[in-house]
Amino acid sequence: MHVLRKAILAAACTAGLAFAAAPASAQTTLRAVMHSDLKILDPIWTTAYIVRNHGYMIYDTLLAQDEKGAVKPQMVEKYDVSADNKTYTFTLRDGLVWHDGKPVTSEDCIPSIKRWAAKDALGQKMMSFVESIDAVDAKTFTIKLKEPTGLVLLGLAKPSSNVPFMMPKRVAETDPNKQIEDFTGSGPFVFAKDEWKPGDKTVYVKFDKYKPRAEPASGLAGGKVAKVDRVEWRAISDAQQAINALQKGEIDMIEQPSHDLLGSLKKDANIQIVVSPMLKAQYVFRPNHLHKPFDNPKIRQALWYAFNQEDFLMATIGDENYIKVCKALFICDTPFGSTKGTDDILNSNMKKAQELLKEGGYDGTPVVLMHSTDLKVLTNLAPVAKSLMEKAGFKVDMQSSDWQTVVSRRAKKDPPSAGGWNAFLTAWVTADVMNPVSTGYLNSSCDKALFGWPCDETMEKLRDDFARASDPAKQKEIAEAVQKRNIEITAEIPVGEYVAPVALRKNVKGFLTAPVPVLWNVEITK
Amino acid sequence: MYGYLLRRLLGTIPVMLVVALFIFLMLRLTPSDPAAIIAGDNATSEQVAQIRSQLGLDRPMVEQFFIWSGKVLTGDFGESFFFKKTVATLIGERIEPTLSLSLFTIVLAVLIAVPLGVLAAHRQGSWIDRMVMGFSVMGFSMPSFVVGYLLIYLFAVWLDWLPVQGYQRIAEGLGGWVRGLVLPSLTLAVIFVALIARMTRTSMLEVLSEDYVRTARAKGQSERVVLFRHALRNAAVPIVTVIGLGIALLIGGVVVTESVFTIPGLGRLTVDAVLARDYPVIQAVILLFSFVYVMINLAVDMTYTVLDPRIRY
Repeated sequence: MHVLRKAILAAACTAGLAFAAAPASAQTTLRAVMHSDLKILDPIWTTAYIVRNHGYMIYDTLLAQDEKGAVKPQMVEKYDVSADNKTYTFTLRDGLVWHDGKPVTSEDCIPSIKRWAAKDALGQKMMSFVESIDAVDAKTFTIKLKEPTGLVLLGLAKPSSNVPFMMPKRVAETDPNKQIEDFTGSGPFVFAKDEWKPGDKTVYVKFDKYKPRAEPASGLAGGKVAKVDRVEWRAISDAQQAINALQKGEIDMIEQPSHDLLGSLKKDANIQIVVSPMLKAQYVFRPNHLHKPFDNPKIRQALWYAFNQEDFLMATIGDENYIKVCKALFICDTPFGSTKGTDDILNSNMKKAQELLKEGGYDGTPVVLMHSTDLKVLTNLAPVAKSLMEKAGFKVDMQSSDWQTVVSRRAKKDPPSAGGWNAFLTAWVTADVMNPVSTGYLNSSCDKALFGWPCDETMEKLRDDFARASDPAKQKEIAEAVQKRNIEITAEIPVGEYVAPVALRKNVKGFLTAPVPVLWNVEITK
Repeated sequence: MYGYLLRRLLGTIPVMLVVALFIFLMLRLTPSDPAAIIAGDNATSEQVAQIRSQLGLDRPMVEQFFIWSGKVLTGDFGESFFFKKTVATLIGERIEPTLSLSLFTIVLAVLIAVPLGVLAAHRQGSWIDRMVMGFSVMGFSMPSFVVGYLLIYLFAVWLDWLPVQGYQRIAEGLGGWVRGLVLPSLTLAVIFVALIARMTRTSMLEVLSEDYVRTARAKGQSERVVLFRHALRNAAVPIVTVIGLGIALLIGGVVVTESVFTIPGLGRLTVDAVLARDYPVIQAVILLFSFVYVMINLAVDMTYTVLDPRIRY
């Protein structure tokens, strides 16, 4: 017993000493909880937002959008457009190097553009106009077009998935359908692969040789100055635990705190809630055009009259500070955002909805509405849709599952009775739905369209027209025509916008207003 | 006994086969598609199909099963769909936190529960006994995530003694390792303390009324020696059974607790893999857990012969 007592005493002393010890670090480390854990590392191979955010940490882009959405040079010093608008000449900045110390050259950029364009819908569209991409010298390359298009600049400055990140030639030549295994970038941070522990943390260290632009950072453009030595993405999956950790100072930032937990953060003097107007998202209702009843345009039309945005927004976000009723297809307050032609819709005019159902010969076929239950920001959308649709006279069979099951099921073209579906709701970030070409759900190329598979030649022609236009006024005009056509064919229905605030410790400064949460320019003050 | 041991070990083979078949079928029959998850929100049906083909998920289910089981027999559990790491590597990386948490919890639970149970039996009907029994009922009734949040609020948020979340590997310092394990272990230990203390009390009560205990007391043995040397050893068989069951229950407990406390162990890996439909990881982890479960039962049965020499196999 004497020995046991001694052992217990020794253990207690060890534990006591251990508790008193505090880790010492001279480095500045930003510890952030992002919206998801990082599992895949190739931002061209997948469109997942967390992988896009990882891409922004370690890669750079030729062009970028500033906080007003204007396209600015980023890796390029300048670009010139020929008088006939058919040749773009890009000249890289001096001093750009990869994380392995080798210089960035045109020979790297060309396969990077090609690999991105092989995967991305906007890139594929852009490439349909491209005749050739050629290196002139180590720092200069040209893109020659078969006919003029505004998509070159729009594509190379695309802010969200897939982003045209530049990679070294040896990496960029990887088959686009295979994942890359070399993560050498030229961005402001270096990916510390040895420290990457999925389910625990992802680590980035400052790239000392990165040469930022001289201009101040603005949106995704300007000087990307890494102001911390190290960034750690901590994988805290429990929303309440992330809040606890932020309040205790165990982390410095939560990218997307749950809206219903913001109340406790607002009361904490050590926490700031940053509302970046560009970190906005749009809820959308997506009908499946392949099967009854939504194979009938008249019946799809009834949805525009059954729905109203307030009900969706209050049921999901529930705080007027973070929501916006906006009937624009391309996000209010962005270059192509317009509410033209939307006065009569999305007002829950049930009488009109019922008339349209009658005109369309709706026979009571139940609508299989997929309901995701595990993502709080989406959970209440389907019940609201169900309620409004039933008031209009639809029969709705709402089927609940987790989001990943919805993701899997929505890819099925089978009839609802054989495991398929009729409709679901989701959210898109602003950066993905700012124009007719990048907005995925507007692709109406039948079998080649995204799940829901709308099929409409007029819409496709309008999207092509937009791709050809390079004059902003003309582009805006076409975007409005696309919006009008969407109301006619119901490729998707926008059911409200919300902002996703970021929660930071008070000593974290410099978080940028950008359509993607980027961590350059962010510093930790004493 | 060696014959019995061999028979039991051979018996694990059909058990593992059934588990393997069951988990394989369960995963394939659920309405989910890892390829669609990997491809992301903007992916077209063609992109999803391409990934499905790369992963071999477009092959007939029987063919998939034989490919997988054939590899498992050679010790190859495959590669994670997401992490581009072999499953064996992933499990190797995650096993330390789970082992630490499990051992810490079991030791904590046994050190608290057995003396409490002995004390409750010794003072049957007293306020100590009532308190232990009251605590047992509470411990059984509260889900571990509720206990976890209460402990976090008390010790981490309010008193600021311990971290809210996280795990530090033992190689990075004993102090951080202990600090990170206290709250999750306490959370998990509550139910085991309740279970073991209750069983210890019941078992001790039976033994304390036996003649040999009265004889020991008549011989002038101290109460401590009577309780711990004579009574506890004879009451140990059901207690060890409950501890064994507890370890098996612990496997379920770590899944929730590791998620709440952000511990990068096998429990968290399981949750992440299930959410992402990472079939190779789910299959391997479930097989591992099942194997551990079978081995624990075997170890418990073997322990009986040590505690009670009358037991023979």
